[in-house]
Amino acid sequence: MTAAVRLVDVTVTYDRHPAVHHVSAEIPAAEMTAIVGPNGAGKSTLLKAVLGLAPRIEGRIECSARRIAYLPQQAEIDRSFPISVFDTVLLGRWSRFGGFGAASHADIHDAGHAIEAVGLAGFERRPIDTLSVGQFQRVLFARLLLQDADLVLLDEPFAAIDSRTVADLMRLIRRWRAEKRTVVAVLHDFDQVRRDFPNALLLARELIDSGPTVRVLSAENLLRARAMAEAWDEQADACDVPVRLSA
Amino acid sequence: MLYEHLLQPFVEFGFMRRALVATLALASGGSAIGVFLILRRMSLMGDALAHALLPGAALGFLLGGLSLPAMSLGGFLAGIATALASGAIARFSSIREDASFAAAYLTALAIGVLIISLRGSAVDLMNILFGAILAVDDMALLLMASTATVTLVGLAAIYRPLVVECFNPGFLAAMGIRGSIYHYLFLALAVLNMVAGFQALGTLMALGLILLPAVAASFWAREVWSMTLIAAPIAFASSAIGLLVSFHAGLPSGPVIVLCASLFFLGSLLFGTRASLRTRLARPVHLRG
Repeated sequence: MTAAVRLVDVTVTYDRHPAVHHVSAEIPAAEMTAIVGPNGAGKSTLLKAVLGLAPRIEGRIECSARRIAYLPQQAEIDRSFPISVFDTVLLGRWSRFGGFGAASHADIHDAGHAIEAVGLAGFERRPIDTLSVGQFQRVLFARLLLQDADLVLLDEPFAAIDSRTVADLMRLIRRWRAEKRTVVAVLHDFDQVRRDFPNALLLARELIDSGPTVRVLSAENLLRARAMAEAWDEQADACDVPVRLSA
Repeated sequence: MLYEHLLQPFVEFGFMRRALVATLALASGGSAIGVFLILRRMSLMGDALAHALLPGAALGFLLGGLSLPAMSLGGFLAGIATALASGAIARFSSIREDASFAAAYLTALAIGVLIISLRGSAVDLMNILFGAILAVDDMALLLMASTATVTLVGLAAIYRPLVVECFNPGFLAAMGIRGSIYHYLFLALAVLNMVAGFQALGTLMALGLILLPAVAASFWAREVWSMTLIAAPIAFASSAIGLLVSFHAGLPSGPVIVLCASLFFLGSLLFGTRASLRTRLARPVHLRG
């Protein structure tokens, strides 16, 4: 099994406090991996670190992906912005036309198809501020479809989303897996993770366990995760575990 | 009758023609800048930036007297410095960006007024704070027209990245594109427009012709491009109507122009098609599905 992403002793700090602490793990290629853990466990931070968006990263992140697509939490997008569904989706082809080029006929055609594929046919010219949370999440998934990435990172894709939309979007995610893309999703619903995601990575700032979901989501592991997330020491000494910069 | 009221002032008086051309130039570039200022939720920061031009313009005044190039260059440098400084303060401390902008502009305003009072009269101070649209010379016209050209061409060039940077900043970052470059280019264009506007409307009201038409347009348009297309004619109309009203009523032009734009804003707030009072208060008719 090859790794799509290899984390080697990764620490990410905000204002010197570690949000992710000495995490080493591998995310298998062409598989579906769930990142789980309590709030504040560093799940979103870990995704951002893989994207290179985290502020201070120690350790090493090896990523073999040619192209990465990223679904942010909805709070990070200005949903009142005056832009249409179609234009939002078409942005998925940014890597083709960039900031200044024109979209080709193929791009425009594919954008229409992606909107159909997420069940929003007829919504093309609607401004995004008229959409429900679930519809907007479908729009973002259509954009992901256009991005044609081999590594797809999803940050809480199903937060505040009804079960029918979740089912529809899960179908798209499974299709990505069939197409040999690597999918990594931050999730909170353990039942869903056990049902749909063969691999899991349990995080509580430090790595509790990673591997097959059945093993990772054991009662004992979950208990440990909760205990570790609640420990927050304002007076903590500087961590003196030596940081290995390169192997 | 119509001719006498609407056209004769411009036909007869050179200063009115100049003022009209000046405000039209300001309106064409400024209204587009205004649209992005409100979309970036930077209206108040824009206001702060406009005030921050003052010490630079004042230094120019101190060194070069009432000379437009000296004061404009000073104002431009001061505006850019304030934008960069407050951005840096916000990034390296925990203070919010709006607070750091407010702190920067209050400091700037105080320094500016102090510098002008060192050498100038109260009239000079009034001119710099509130502008003198009826006294624009060729040099000023040239500056305003060039600013409008640079602004429209510049905004057209960075339009797409700027829109994405406003709407979903993480998207560009995730693809390894530094969106902040476009943010700073936009800030530079905004400062340029405020510098051009301050000769006409003064540092305190330069933003009026930039921001008010854009806010008014936001009650009508559903997309960025249409918002820009609606804001520009509103700015044109405010300029022309404001000049005529101020001419016939013998009132100062700057405030009347800005008040005209405010009336467009109030009208749009009441009757606009998007999130206006009319749509809020209308009889609740709902559609069949």
